[in-house]
Amino acid sequence: MENSAHGGNDLLLDIQGLTIHYVTDSGTVHAVENLNLRVGRGETLGFVGETGAGKTTAALGIMRLIPSPPGVIKSGRIIFDGNDLLEKSEHEMRSIRGAKIAMIFQDPMTSLNPVMTVDKQIAEMIRLHRNVSDAESMRLAGDMLELVGIRRERMHDYPHQFSGGMKQRVVIAIALACDPGLLIADEPTTALDVTIQAQVLELMKKLKRTFDASMILITHDLGIVADICDKVAIMYAGRVVEYAGKRELFTNPVHPYTIGLFNSVPDLDEDVERLAVIPGLMPDPMDLPTGCAFHPRCAFALPECSKDSPDTVDVGDGHSVACAPRAAELAAGKGAGK
Amino acid sequence: MIRYIIRRVLFLFPVLVGVAFCVFTLLYITPGDPARMILGDMATEEAMNRFRQTEGLNDPFLVQFGNYVLKAVTKGDIGRSYVTKRPVMHEIMQAFPSTLKLAAFAMAIAVIVGIPCGILSAIKQYSFFDVITMIFAMIGLSMPVFWLGLLLIILFSVQLKWLPSSGFDTFKSMILPSVALSAQAISMVTRMTRSSMLEVIRADYIRTARSKGQKESVVIWVHALHNALIPVVTICGLQFGALLAGAILTESIFAIPGVGRLMVESIKARDYPVVQGAVLFVAVAFSIVNLLVDLAYAFINPRIKAQYK
Repeated sequence: MENSAHGGNDLLLDIQGLTIHYVTDSGTVHAVENLNLRVGRGETLGFVGETGAGKTTAALGIMRLIPSPPGVIKSGRIIFDGNDLLEKSEHEMRSIRGAKIAMIFQDPMTSLNPVMTVDKQIAEMIRLHRNVSDAESMRLAGDMLELVGIRRERMHDYPHQFSGGMKQRVVIAIALACDPGLLIADEPTTALDVTIQAQVLELMKKLKRTFDASMILITHDLGIVADICDKVAIMYAGRVVEYAGKRELFTNPVHPYTIGLFNSVPDLDEDVERLAVIPGLMPDPMDLPTGCAFHPRCAFALPECSKDSPDTVDVGDGHSVACAPRAAELAAGKGAGK
Repeated sequence: MIRYIIRRVLFLFPVLVGVAFCVFTLLYITPGDPARMILGDMATEEAMNRFRQTEGLNDPFLVQFGNYVLKAVTKGDIGRSYVTKRPVMHEIMQAFPSTLKLAAFAMAIAVIVGIPCGILSAIKQYSFFDVITMIFAMIGLSMPVFWLGLLLIILFSVQLKWLPSSGFDTFKSMILPSVALSAQAISMVTRMTRSSMLEVIRADYIRTARSKGQKESVVIWVHALHNALIPVVTICGLQFGALLAGAILTESIFAIPGVGRLMVESIKARDYPVVQGAVLFVAVAFSIVNLLVDLAYAFINPRIKAQYK
């Protein structure tokens, strides 16, 4: 519980003002703009947003794996375990990737090397970060496979000999092989069948507890968030627009975009003809609207929303939101004595 | 795997019989009387008839062809040269080492130069190096070997006097022909490696390898290259086959006593059995190289190995 050994705070990851652009010939893509995010030790953060909101870019930014060119980390700080990752050399980053921060990618079909047996792919990770012999690393790779529910006899098989769900288990085994403090899972179940999704999520939940790791779970599925996350960050057009504990966010969403997201999820109890959709489309990240990026689609928009980018305001209980009118409304409501 | 190899070897036979049939037919319908060719202008009609009789030249076409194939398969006998009177097999076997050496040298140059150039071009896409490499690859692909060969001779043999312009006995004399012959192969291998590599380095498993904290050099030379090699091996195999068969021009320009030059000389002399034998021999060599390439696949790509059962 109390991890006061590390500088007296229990924050594992603290991202401050992270801005990542893709500079292309046809313009600059503002993939991540002034992103602030915190992950506590042992915590699972749900990172929610539509496709193209910049979730994956932010995750790759933490790993310092943004393809460059065209990707550029313009500014910000990524404080991991007390150190700014953006100040690390590439050499130092290599000893962090995999060992301290590991990543699970979206598509298990393509994220394993097709010409390498799976035990070698797991052992590669182990040998990179632990001082063990080849034989020992292979034995440990077998252990990891068993841990994710794959029989040891299959360790010499190639990825194409496994099903999609099994491949994702292998990917998870690789990610956890060196007991990383932070696991970033980028839509780990999106490419899988629904029945397999549940199994893989269960496995991740279990292993996260076993390894006592923090996790950032990138998803666009609010059901998954409700299932396993402690905290939730809602991302829109490269910014975190709302951040709160799971229960708080689900019962008391504040940002108009978050409210829109919840309304667009079908509810079993209510019989509605049509789902409430958020009008309009995600803005073009090359040409973001001025002021609040959400204002053209927002039902609560005021004239000033198109002028100034809203500050992130704490509305109590670690619940923060980047929407000036709603925050003011809430403050007024509380002031009125509710 | 063994069963696959046997099946592939058995498949070779219909291909070779087909090739033999085509060559045999072409030469059969070509004007010119073999009896006159061999016995000379002074031969009597009687002697020529006797020759036709003993050589089976009066037999129907299909019988002649059948005999040819039968002798080739059972005794390895593919006829006698009209000119030297020696067995065709003997003539070819004397010429083949030079051709093989030339092709092997050219292929080695293509692989040693082409693969690293392709990889560097891919990882530094659109860089100065990439642009220059691609320009040279384009030139190499479009330049006919007889012209390139002559240019090389003019520069290195006539002007600079560094290298001999003909012969194939010393290492020095092998340099120019090998370089001339390899120009197209280098270009093909470079371009193929580049495009294959470009595809692979964007793959998710390369990102996975990087996310493990793996060194960039290992990511490129182990993870990416192994995957990118699969199509490159095909190109190398096809190119090697083409080099074996296509050294005719190079051998003629540099006066190398190989199979290609043997073929040209035999055509000039209307030495049909040798032409026939040489074409057949090249076809066999090409098929065997292809077979070896297919088998090499299995060792590079486990997904194909699985299908070989």
